Amino acid sequence: MKHLKIAVSAIALSAAAMPASSEEITIGVISILEGAFAALGQDGIRGVEMAVADAGGSVAGNEINLVVVSSDASPDSAVAAARRLIEQDGAKIIVGPLSGSEGLALRDLSRSYPDVTIINGSSGAQDTTLRDPSPNFYRFGGDGAQWMAGVGTYAHDTLGYEKVAVVAEDYSFPYTQVLGFMSEFCAAGGTVPEKFWTPIGNADYSSVVYSIPQDVDAIFVALGGSDAVSFLTQYQQAGFSTPIIGGSITIDQTVLSSDASFRDMLIGAPAGTPTVSDYDSPEWVAFAAAYAEAYPDGLGAPSIFAHHYYMGAQAAMLGLEAVGGDLSDGGAAFRAVLDDLEFIQPTGGTMRLDENRNGIVDNFVIEVVELDDGSLGTRAIQVVKDVNQTLGQDLETFLAAGPVSRDNPSCP
Amino acid sequence: MTLFFVVTLNGLTLAALYFLAASGFSLIFGLMRTVNMAHGALLLLGGYVGWSVADATGLWALGVLAGGLAAALAGAMVQIGVLGWMQGDELRQTLASIAISIILADLMLWIWGGNTYQVRTPDWLSGGVRLEMLGIGYAKVRISLMIFALVVGVALWLFIQKTRIGAVIRAGVDDQQMLRALGYPINKIFILVFAMGGMLAGMAGVIAGSALSIAPGTDLQFLLSSLVVVIVGGMGSVGGAALGALLIGLAEQYGLAYAPTYAAVVTFVIMVFVLAVRPQGLLGRSEK
Repeated sequence: MKHLKIAVSAIALSAAAMPASSEEITIGVISILEGAFAALGQDGIRGVEMAVADAGGSVAGNEINLVVVSSDASPDSAVAAARRLIEQDGAKIIVGPLSGSEGLALRDLSRSYPDVTIINGSSGAQDTTLRDPSPNFYRFGGDGAQWMAGVGTYAHDTLGYEKVAVVAEDYSFPYTQVLGFMSEFCAAGGTVPEKFWTPIGNADYSSVVYSIPQDVDAIFVALGGSDAVSFLTQYQQAGFSTPIIGGSITIDQTVLSSDASFRDMLIGAPAGTPTVSDYDSPEWVAFAAAYAEAYPDGLGAPSIFAHHYYMGAQAAMLGLEAVGGDLSDGGAAFRAVLDDLEFIQPTGGTMRLDENRNGIVDNFVIEVVELDDGSLGTRAIQVVKDVNQTLGQDLETFLAAGPVSRDNPSCP
Repeated sequence: MTLFFVVTLNGLTLAALYFLAASGFSLIFGLMRTVNMAHGALLLLGGYVGWSVADATGLWALGVLAGGLAAALAGAMVQIGVLGWMQGDELRQTLASIAISIILADLMLWIWGGNTYQVRTPDWLSGGVRLEMLGIGYAKVRISLMIFALVVGVALWLFIQKTRIGAVIRAGVDDQQMLRALGYPINKIFILVFAMGGMLAGMAGVIAGSALSIAPGTDLQFLLSSLVVVIVGGMGSVGGAALGALLIGLAEQYGLAYAPTYAAVVTFVIMVFVLAVRPQGLLGRSEK
């Protein structure tokens, strides 16, 4: 079914694609436009379009031709999408993918295509760049653990939570998010007695809801899109009111904008994220205004996905500008530019890469607030500057703790 | 122990939803031997239309009705416009219905976007009731879901078993050519059955949107569960759909509660087991 769908859409798309002329630079975009993450994926595309529009639609006289292909959050769909972009559309630069395990798959794939540069969209699995990185895979942004910087300490020290249960989707990105939360929370003296890993796209969470221990102070929820909406709805319907701590895509604009009955329960919930809806730095205000103008039907404010796909595409534009649009050397000069690229990112900090081509980022601890018009938004409580991939720990110690998994880290 | 009862209750309510979704699917297959792969899309369409109507009018019941009618209409159109032209060629019909499902899914993404919708339930359905025996609160909407499925199940059974049209449909299941020879307008009956299947799916969509939530992808999720339910229960019988839904709903919830990591496996283990031991399904009749 899935493959049929991909095959059919691939045929339809390639029939419609215009043959690329010599002055065109084809940039492939991989995002999720189906299933639970479709709203997020749609917003990622908006980010890419904004970055291309910022550059005026062309770089050094070369038209930018965007080819968008949908994946479905599974690694094999991302690989199929990338192969299609490279082999059929001749893309030398790919921006994407969206989801954690897709990123790991594309990092592995990038080794087979050394001439193609893959710039991560918003996928946030840790090992995409930490262990065994690939020289032509870039991430202008953080991983899931970096996105939680500051939250564990805030939950323990400021909110006074001692015992927290975890409900998260069962794949690499939530593992990484849980690590980011737990490494601080456990170090501060908190405990996590139980973790519930649920499949992506699960609709009925009621049995998980009733299995959560009654004596926890809060629940850390790392679910995305419709999964988050389903879980929170059913949690509220069952009549529980334990406070929520949100993962980066749980407390995202896509979830806050959905019309659901759990809204009131979320007000005051803290979360970690690289993207805040009402951050008052002038760069962000300008970015959000440009977004609102270009996409009146978009979300209330740019989501993580618009933000990160924007940064990825922006890096590609700046890199292309520096080499005059010339990728004839297999992109070597382009990648050399990317390695040392620094630019002001939409939140105002300076984006730069570590030696594994992973971003060193600013991260926010936020809380959910009700805005004047009654909709939900987020407010920054705290900015954590210069979060690197090892969360400030020594690289050797960090690597020695082993790769993240269902059972690692653990502090029951 | 409380957890066990709550999980059982969850399993029963999920089974009720699966039954609503799968009964129409099973009905269509039973009469026409068409595996309608667009069934999930009809369900999601019903859910979206129901949400829009409930949101605009504030009347939840009207939303359920509108969702059912919209999907019934769409189902009838699918049969009149596409599948009716290739009657008797099941493989072509199945492939065409896959195409319809993809087209509908994209059209719905275009109209309603990728957001997750939750159909707001009226006050008398919101919140929970206290179950004194177990000492916990339980969501009213899920209890009503169970009652609703029971009512629909009994009504469907009465319709099929006790009415004249029901008798014609049953006769069609057994021997289509004889029915045709006796002069019954079989094409009209096909359209009626398709509309009924769509109606059930559409209502299930609105109810799924009330108890859970609907978003792009819900279509495939329910198509898959409907397939599993009818494979386990047996194609073409209301009782089979009920039994299959019960088994799968309970298995999924026990799995989620006691072994969340492997929850997805449990249902398919049941399916594999049934296929190995009784390939026509638990209550299905073997093909002659």
